[in-house]
Amino acid sequence: MTLRVLVAKVGLDGHDRGIKVVARTLRDAGMEVIYTGLFQTPESVATAVIDEDVDVVGLSMLSGAHLTLVPLVVKAMRDRGCDVPVVVGGIIPDRDMAELRQAGVAAVLGPGASAETVVSCVLAAVGSRDDVQQA
Amino acid sequence: MGCSPRDEWLKRFAASRLRDVPFRTMSGIPLEPVYGTAESEYPGVWPFTRGPYASMYRSKLWTMRMFAGFGTAEDTNARFRDIIKAGGDGLSTAFDMPTLLGLDSDDPMSLGEVGRCGVAIDSITDMGDLFAGIDLSSISTSMTINSPAAPILAMFIAQAEDAGVPRNLLRGTLQNDILKEFQAQKEFVFPPRQSMRLVRDVIAYTTSEMPYWHSVSISGYHIREAGSTAAEELAFTLANGFAYVELAKQAGLDVDAFAPRLSFFFNAHIDFFEEIAKYRAARRLWAQWLKVRYGSTDERSQQLRFHAQTAGVSLTAQQVEVNVVRTALEALAATLGGAQSLHTNSMDEALALPTERAARIALRTQQVIAHETNVAHVADPLGGSWFVEELTDEMQRRAEQLLGTILDMGSGSMLEGCIGGIEDNWFQSRISDSAFELERSLNNGERIVVGVNDFLEGNDEHAEDLLRITREQEDRQRARLQAVRDARDAVRVEASRRELSETAADPTANLMPPLIRAARAHMTLGEMMSTLGTVFGRHVETPSI
Repeated sequence: MTLRVLVAKVGLDGHDRGIKVVARTLRDAGMEVIYTGLFQTPESVATAVIDEDVDVVGLSMLSGAHLTLVPLVVKAMRDRGCDVPVVVGGIIPDRDMAELRQAGVAAVLGPGASAETVVSCVLAAVGSRDDVQQA
Repeated sequence: MGCSPRDEWLKRFAASRLRDVPFRTMSGIPLEPVYGTAESEYPGVWPFTRGPYASMYRSKLWTMRMFAGFGTAEDTNARFRDIIKAGGDGLSTAFDMPTLLGLDSDDPMSLGEVGRCGVAIDSITDMGDLFAGIDLSSISTSMTINSPAAPILAMFIAQAEDAGVPRNLLRGTLQNDILKEFQAQKEFVFPPRQSMRLVRDVIAYTTSEMPYWHSVSISGYHIREAGSTAAEELAFTLANGFAYVELAKQAGLDVDAFAPRLSFFFNAHIDFFEEIAKYRAARRLWAQWLKVRYGSTDERSQQLRFHAQTAGVSLTAQQVEVNVVRTALEALAATLGGAQSLHTNSMDEALALPTERAARIALRTQQVIAHETNVAHVADPLGGSWFVEELTDEMQRRAEQLLGTILDMGSGSMLEGCIGGIEDNWFQSRISDSAFELERSLNNGERIVVGVNDFLEGNDEHAEDLLRITREQEDRQRARLQAVRDARDAVRVEASRRELSETAADPTANLMPPLIRAARAHMTLGEMMSTLGTVFGRHVETPSI
């Protein structure tokens, strides 16, 4: 079955180069990719994740607002009973990784991640969830 | 008989005032101000391929203009004073995301973004604190703001006049380049045509009221950062510039009244010679089009002057110290290419806003180029190189082809071509195609980036000491805003809102005077923008991959 991915820009950050490159990379790897467009809220992303019935969500954050906004997206999803894994990419300093993981993020992709790394990271995030469901 | 380009250059050079430094090599060989033949191109002589001025850096080094902004206005004011103390001679203001989108710091959408990517400016009070103790008639100020450029300029004028500097003495630059926002930077608010009305109002107002002010900084920087090629950066930037010329001419302004105050902003990327060729081709094309197509008779309108910034996207999060080397090479290309001002990125900017130490090293990089290497002694030192001349011609040919396409899209109007190309997603698609192509060349190993896909030893060392914007700073800004709301006269605010709304509804009126009055009434940026938004509507981009 084709993997379905939602990629989203939350908040006010207009930098969309990274998310578009990642979207095409995942599409080239055989996934079905839905892009929300800019200026989404945590609630609008959660709604889209459920409506589109995707297997994984990718958030692109380059404005430094990740520690505030990413936990809100995860919470909005979990509040709706949605346990789809969340992967974050962008300008994320190492020191913030632990806090994002704690907030329920499955994986973080920093600057310079290769296409191969992006694809395997998304597959692993989906896989880990399947493991949990089977257990 | 007309005199030769060399004679013309000599005449202009002789009239230039020079810096008091010995123009010779380290071992004492005296250097000419420029090298060429009797018939070659010369700096300061049309079409200005080799530079806008005859004497270039012999008269004045480029302005070392460091971009800064974070936290509250008071935080950034302290950084500005450091920059001036360290020898920076121009200021450049980075605004945070809410300000760039015209939202107040207490707007629900602003949560987590206040003061992070730049300074938060909500009202004239913040603007006053931002420039407190800085003499705005002696230091020039650049403001990177686009959708809310007109309201921000209004606040700037109002606070400067309150501090005793009349607007006709203010020196600086407003980015005010909305077209590239839709194409690349994506911090848009109103639809394209309504946004262009605000650009028009700023050009018209500054042309008549502020003789030392640059009304638009036509910016290729963000187009390149979003992934375009060098030729696309060159072509799209010039196309946008021509569109603003057509816009102002349609508003009844004489081209030579406003065009001398248009300036440019280009990327200084890592492909050394291609960047230099890009700047040279840009100057030649602008001169030709302004004269031939737009009927300019004043050479000042035809001289392209530009600010450059080293390429943010070329920085790596791996082995961050290597970024100092990249930035130095890019800065060298900008200066060999004849930039009028320059910002050098800090080594830690692939991860965060720069620390004070990293920003100082970036400024020092420019000072080494300016004062130690002697590269500023000779104008356009690469002019006449067979390679660089051919690459310049090739950049010109590629840009002309793209300009022709955009002109066709607008049925002969560059203004319509740019707006139509935005509405049809043409620019956006081209830029993301190029970005993807570049990424693919990295992934298949065709392109090497040190620390990213080769030479990885040392990648496990992590950057220490990154600048942290705290949640406390965000709370502090919201408290500052609340104090402004509590102290102001609600009746004046309401009167300003009504005047602004009525003026916005009249497409022939200029919005600057009511915006300045609104700033003085302590109307917030968010209030001004939402008032304009009720008349102008909002732009929503159709998402595409």
